[in-house]
Amino acid sequence: MLIKINDLTKDYINDELVTPALRGVSFEIKQGEFVAVMGSSGSGKSTLMHIIGFLDKLTSGSYFFDGEDISHFDDEKLADIRNRKVGFIFQSYNLLPRISVLDNVLLPTIYTQYLDKEEIKDKAIKLLDKVGLSHRMKHRSNQLSGGEQQRVAIVRALINDPRLILADEPTGNLDSKSGQEVMEILQDLNEDGHAILMVTHEKYVAECARRMLELKDGKVVYDHRVDNRHLAKDGLEK
Amino acid sequence: MYLFQTIKSSLDNLALQKSRSFLTMLGIIIGVGAVIAIMAVGASAQDLLLSQVRSMGSNLVGVLPGAADESGAPASMFGIEVTTLTYEDYLALEELPHLVAASPYIMGRGTFVYLNETKDFDYLGVGYDYVNVEDTSVELGRFIRQEEVDSLARVVVLGSGVKQKLFGNDDPINKRIRIGQVSFKVIGVMEERGVAMFQNQDDRVFIPIKTVQKILVGVNHLAFIRAKVDKEENIALAISQVENTMRFRHNIEDPTKDDFTIRSTDQALDILGTITQALTMFLVMVAAISLLVGGIGIMNIMFVVVNERTREIGLRKALGAKRKDILIQFLIESASMTLIGGLIGVISGVVIALVISISVNYFGYDWQFIITPTSIIVSTLMAIGVGLVFGLWPANRASKLNPIEALRYE
Repeated sequence: MLIKINDLTKDYINDELVTPALRGVSFEIKQGEFVAVMGSSGSGKSTLMHIIGFLDKLTSGSYFFDGEDISHFDDEKLADIRNRKVGFIFQSYNLLPRISVLDNVLLPTIYTQYLDKEEIKDKAIKLLDKVGLSHRMKHRSNQLSGGEQQRVAIVRALINDPRLILADEPTGNLDSKSGQEVMEILQDLNEDGHAILMVTHEKYVAECARRMLELKDGKVVYDHRVDNRHLAKDGLEK
Repeated sequence: MYLFQTIKSSLDNLALQKSRSFLTMLGIIIGVGAVIAIMAVGASAQDLLLSQVRSMGSNLVGVLPGAADESGAPASMFGIEVTTLTYEDYLALEELPHLVAASPYIMGRGTFVYLNETKDFDYLGVGYDYVNVEDTSVELGRFIRQEEVDSLARVVVLGSGVKQKLFGNDDPINKRIRIGQVSFKVIGVMEERGVAMFQNQDDRVFIPIKTVQKILVGVNHLAFIRAKVDKEENIALAISQVENTMRFRHNIEDPTKDDFTIRSTDQALDILGTITQALTMFLVMVAAISLLVGGIGIMNIMFVVVNERTREIGLRKALGAKRKDILIQFLIESASMTLIGGLIGVISGVVIALVISISVNYFGYDWQFIITPTSIIVSTLMAIGVGLVFGLWPANRASKLNPIEALRYE
């Protein structure tokens, strides 16, 4: 089991005012799954994603990742696990604009200890080739189109062979053609055995996943296999 | 790779905002430049002072009238006339075994007339051994002889500058000149000596000491006696012998009641060295204050930089950067900014020192251009230190940012 979450809650405390964001969420994600998390804004899906991505700490409940109970990890260990075990894909790509595509892909590796720098560079070039961007690797990232930038961000997420890919509205800023390309890549990665957790509020994007979770008011209200799964390479329709 | 990449990216960031970076670094540039320039000028000034004292001659011991405490100067040095030192004192000191040469001194100023030329010059009443005391010699003719001192002979030896001004290219030997109403015969011209002890030695006239005392000024005392010790290691011994002789001659039993002061050039060199060094250090500290001000400017701009790059910090943290990674990144940024400022400062300081040395040399002083490697190393390290110290607060703030909030920051 890759992720095992049991009765997880998260409260935000602001000026002694307690705002619950998650009120007892339980689910499991297996190796190789592709899960879409849906929900309107305020449903707690971002909070859930931050906790799963080790960016935030839970208030109560338990969270096992890869068999490890991470609820007692300190900041240092969380940074390390973020670095090596998860890959983030953001809605707004979050590439550093003034460094090259290749350096952007290698950005997580400067925080990884004991890496063979040449080997990791070769790997970055191979991965860029896979998403069709190896000819752009010397360009600065702000010279790329949105779709290209998101593909670079996907390569960056993959560079340290993560156990889980976390995608936060990966197509949210893209036109439909670029969005389709990105979803195609994600589906291919899933076919290769990568576990993916994707947050989206668009149903047709969520239906590219194999399983759909829906959150409402901090609780899971829907958890099912996607029956009519879209394949991005056949075209995405709204 | 991490360090290299961080330095490269911080240099890129500096280059991106050239005028802002320059203005930020200006405080550091001025501070380091001032420190370098002041240290260089201090070292050169010290060198000049010491060489001026040395050019008077080596291993010199001076006897001045009037008492002085250990560190201060006797009253006679401030132009107060003390009449206790006499020609007989000089005669007695001349006999001392370690003094190879000695001369009495008295100064005056007079109007010199040769044919239609009338000019004012300083003159110096000295003994026959003056040339040996001050390591100089005559260019033309000869110097004053012992008999001429004893017989109050009316002879003069001209400094090379005086000769030029009074006689032009004429041969002055055996010509007669007038000082006031008294007629003198020119017997020699001194070699060119330039500036020593901050006085142009060439614009003076040398006259037998007794002639000056009795005929030109009308006094019985001396301004001071200067003597040359045979060897450097004998200076202390010679001083104590001079002391004893003087006390015996002046009937002084209690050393605290001395009516004379003995100074050696070594002492003078020591004192001058200490004074110039203290002065230099003081000025360096004043200059270092601008480094402090520059540091505050750096801190200010680093807060702006951290603010501008909040999203980047959030991203780096999300990708696995630990607190210390972010801290180091921003410390390297501020330190490389101050390092560059420091290097520019070093260059401008050296240029300023060079310009000063060229202009002082233009005015005839032998001003050495001295840049010590220590001053460059110290001020560069100081600049880096300023960057690290003043970068710490902003860098710490950056390292504490919450990645979720930082990523949302617009």
